[in-house]
Amino acid sequence: MQLTRRNVLGLTAGAAAFAIAGGRISPAMASAEEAEKMVMEFAGGAMPAEGKITLTAPEIAENGNTVPVSISVDSAMEGDDLVESVIIFADGNPSPAVATFHFTEMSGEALATTRMRLAKTQNVIAVAKMKDGSFYMDKKQVKVTIGGCGG
Amino acid sequence: MASKPRIKVPKSASAGEVITIKTLISHEMESGQRKDKEGNPIPRRIINKFTCTFEGELVFECDLDPAISANPYFEFNAKVPASGTFEFTWLDDDGSVYTAEAPIEVK
Repeated sequence: MQLTRRNVLGLTAGAAAFAIAGGRISPAMASAEEAEKMVMEFAGGAMPAEGKITLTAPEIAENGNTVPVSISVDSAMEGDDLVESVIIFADGNPSPAVATFHFTEMSGEALATTRMRLAKTQNVIAVAKMKDGSFYMDKKQVKVTIGGCGG
Repeated sequence: MASKPRIKVPKSASAGEVITIKTLISHEMESGQRKDKEGNPIPRRIINKFTCTFEGELVFECDLDPAISANPYFEFNAKVPASGTFEFTWLDDDGSVYTAEAPIEVK
């Protein structure tokens, strides 16, 4: 191929497009890994078992700015059967951490609801830390259609 | 910046009953991810901690990250051992502290 002005322009445009696309994809990938790493870190190095904790979030969120999310953990909230904290992650956000709830015996039930921001369709993960040192997790995928056209 | 918090606590309960509390505070929860018209990043400014105590004893606490929506809303449960007051505290990144109280009577 001859190195004409037109060829050079085409090549650089292609390279630039590739660089932009690459730049857009990689942070999201890093965030999913980051989320997994944060889950493991919170759970002391191992992936937590499923069960006990229930994460409730809409299957489809029309507005990613305010997505309701609830967690509830099966626990007597007395003595050793106590939920100490629950952490929520969103693996497709620029930063995966969403919130950490702390409970006590005075909470009565390990139950909490709040509203979060989701940048795009992604997994929401909740991990519960029990007083006896065990961890439980639940995961839900939330489809986000910003603009609210239900597409 | 934050306006008067709105709180929903039942006026009365029976001893040992578990009640539901709802709170909402107006705050824009600037995430630190947005940029202004000139393309400069807008600095993060959020409420980073919410605490609910009953007569000084911790009931529920939450550490907030920028992924919490504007006007943070919380719904949680609390055990009511006796008549008393629930105290609520919101901590802002800029050091401001917003507080509220709600009494409850045990019948």
